[in-house]
Amino acid sequence: MSRRFSPQSIALTLAAPLVAAVFGLGISSIALMITHNSPLETFRAMWDYGTQVGSLIEMVNLGAVYYIAALAVALTFKAGLFNIGVESQIRLGALFAAWIGAMFTLPPVLHVFVILVVASLVGAMWAFLPALLKVKRGVSEVISTIMLNSIGSALSAYLLADHFQQLVAGSNNVTTKPLPQSAWVPDLMSWLNRVGIKDVPGGGPYGLVFLAVALGFLYSFIVNRTRFGFDLRASGASPTAASVSGVNPKRMIILAMMLSGAFAGLAMMPVMLGESHAYTLGFRGGVGFTGIAIALLGRNNAVGIAFSSLLFGFLEVSARILELNGIATEIYIIMQGAILLSAVAAYEVVRRYRETLNARALARAGVTA
Amino acid sequence: MNELAVELRHIVKKFPGVVANKDVSLKARRGEVHALVGENGAGKSTVMKVLYGMQRPDAGEILVDGQQVRFRTPAEAIAAGIGMVHQHFMLADNFTVLENVILGSEPTKHGRIDTAAARARILEMAAAYGLDIDPDAMVENLGVGERQRVEILKVLYRGAKILIFDEPTAVLVPQEVDELFAALQGLRAEGLSVIFISHKLDEVLRVADNVTVLRHGQTVAEVAADSVTAQDLAELMVGAELPTAPPRSTVPHERVVLSLQGITVGGQGTRDLLHDVSFEIRAGEVVGIAGVEGNGQHELIDAIIGLAPCQGTIVYNGTDISRFSVARRRDSGMGLIPEDRQREALLMGSALWENRMLGHQRSAPVARHGVLQLKAVKADAAVIMREYDVRAPGPETPAHALSGGNQQKFIVGREMSRQPSLLLASHPTRGVDVGAQAAIWEELRKARDAGMAILLISADLEELMAMSDVIKVMLRGRISGTFDPQRTTLEQLGVAMTVASA
Repeated sequence: MSRRFSPQSIALTLAAPLVAAVFGLGISSIALMITHNSPLETFRAMWDYGTQVGSLIEMVNLGAVYYIAALAVALTFKAGLFNIGVESQIRLGALFAAWIGAMFTLPPVLHVFVILVVASLVGAMWAFLPALLKVKRGVSEVISTIMLNSIGSALSAYLLADHFQQLVAGSNNVTTKPLPQSAWVPDLMSWLNRVGIKDVPGGGPYGLVFLAVALGFLYSFIVNRTRFGFDLRASGASPTAASVSGVNPKRMIILAMMLSGAFAGLAMMPVMLGESHAYTLGFRGGVGFTGIAIALLGRNNAVGIAFSSLLFGFLEVSARILELNGIATEIYIIMQGAILLSAVAAYEVVRRYRETLNARALARAGVTA
Repeated sequence: MNELAVELRHIVKKFPGVVANKDVSLKARRGEVHALVGENGAGKSTVMKVLYGMQRPDAGEILVDGQQVRFRTPAEAIAAGIGMVHQHFMLADNFTVLENVILGSEPTKHGRIDTAAARARILEMAAAYGLDIDPDAMVENLGVGERQRVEILKVLYRGAKILIFDEPTAVLVPQEVDELFAALQGLRAEGLSVIFISHKLDEVLRVADNVTVLRHGQTVAEVAADSVTAQDLAELMVGAELPTAPPRSTVPHERVVLSLQGITVGGQGTRDLLHDVSFEIRAGEVVGIAGVEGNGQHELIDAIIGLAPCQGTIVYNGTDISRFSVARRRDSGMGLIPEDRQREALLMGSALWENRMLGHQRSAPVARHGVLQLKAVKADAAVIMREYDVRAPGPETPAHALSGGNQQKFIVGREMSRQPSLLLASHPTRGVDVGAQAAIWEELRKARDAGMAILLISADLEELMAMSDVIKVMLRGRISGTFDPQRTTLEQLGVAMTVASA
């Protein structure tokens, strides 16, 4: 155990993300200079705006949504699969949860619980389709989940417009019937008040930020501490060795995809139960895709994904100030992309360096390879 | 016609822990089919990789056309006129024959591929060497024999004068073998040299002019094919000396642990990979399986462990397990040392303690109610490392950092830790050093004496003779003979492994 927490080991762990951040900022600076903007001033403006209380709350709220989506993606990465369909699993999970949740009232906590269960069941069922296609017909889940994203988005638009819709007077927003109050999860502003932080216009952190935290612990426990998680990782690391060890590869594909879909179905719940109280046409798109990038950046590790989610949230929120300065806000997407690519490269460099250290350790132990 | 095309002089090639070639010499003349024979692990492939520039020799000389050469890459060997027809074809399925042949050395005219010139040259070569092929056929539609002809054309197209064939008949049906041999005669007639690696002695005698025999990394003989019999070659291959098997002091029990009845595994083509195999293993008994690789041994293990769908009945400790899943079979106490440890028995990137769980993840002490007992697992991994002398810094070391012998010792320790009533051991000492080999044998003997039933598959006949209570020989998916190691010579086994009528 001492080996794992030596100063050298910690330095190595931190080296990759730090190098990646520096590189990412460098590339973003080039992009800014090409568009005749000063990188330093831009970064300062982003930092100043992004570290305001309201922005930080938004960062946490956005980060929670990204976090759940990224955990869903990471689950399949661990199993050697690639669930690109998180996007539509999120959407359909939220849509059905909003529709069913608005049909009745229940005691507050129970109502929330029921809605969460519906959202994850629908997400799991939507993820079951590509799993079934892969197991029965050998269809690559990469292709089928991409296509199911299109189908899912068309399906949700159709269902919302023709079946679940509730017209709001004086608005052209299309939305489901609002959830009754028993399904609302209050924000955490009162907690912040207690530590001396004053109200901000956008409201406080979503109450279901805790759902994201709980899912992070659950993810970590399942992957690292359960037999199912071991089977999952073994399948991802070596499908041959896994099946020789007694893992049924088909069963593993189905379970991994469905569990991923169940996580995905929950991703929009902090927003829906905390703020919009309905599924609306204006729901943010692309969360599932951002989740893929975050899972990669976080190396499928619950803590790493948490930091990555907050980083992506921070960049996105802080970039909003740029519009006032006449700079395209899309610069944050360039920054996210640059950081991600640098991180992938940096992790590989660190991995190779670790190998060398390992080989030296073996040589010191008097073992000839 | 007797000019030397290629000569290897005293080639030495060492790998960490293993000497693959101790002293290999070989002379192949122009217009000759020269066979290179030897047991698995005798060093045939290594010496050919040295000649083809894939490995650099530690000592020795290579002469091509009388000139000393030193190849650093296959490209340099190809430039010197040496070509290799690999056992596993390397063709692009969705390309035509012509495209595959010219791939990488396309003739161009005004910057465009000169298909017409290529086609003319391929047809010319095909006619000259008797390699019948349609240059415009898609490779995906070709049979195995035709694919091999494409491989040969590829090599010839690059100007090879010396062609190495690595076990070319392993993948062919008898009729295709005839066609290949006709093609080899065509190459010989045109003055090319063919080096033919095989351990099927009947085929070697049919096609070769001269034979070089390797044993334990050394050239032991060079003989003219028409002056020897398969029996002579088998003797040369395995050596006359009998292994010194310590006589066992215990006897197998009466109780049958594993009973196979009519096990058949279907193949892609017409021939079954495993055909009607029946035998029993008793408690405390070692049943050895001899045979040239690829004759159904892998399928036999897969059928018993549940990975290959098969017909027939498998009874294990009195229970019919034919329909059981892999997990259920393993959990009922089957230990497994698979053939390819890195692919089948280890997660190479994971720590040793994680590898301790592989195959045992459903039972104590690894998991309780589906939750991994990480402390117990790590402690147990350390115990295995100590008891089986696995040399690595600790349980956190990733599996790929270990040498082959240490990986294997860890696997043996892991499988023994559950005290299985049946151990399926496939090449348990392949690629491990002498010390580890002795240690693994000792563990197997101890377990056998304690009543474990062992199925031992090995390419090392001496290992089989020393360990087994009975030896079965597999040939083309069938049991072709059953031998008592006390009353059998290695030569008899060698013949049964290579000649169908034995």
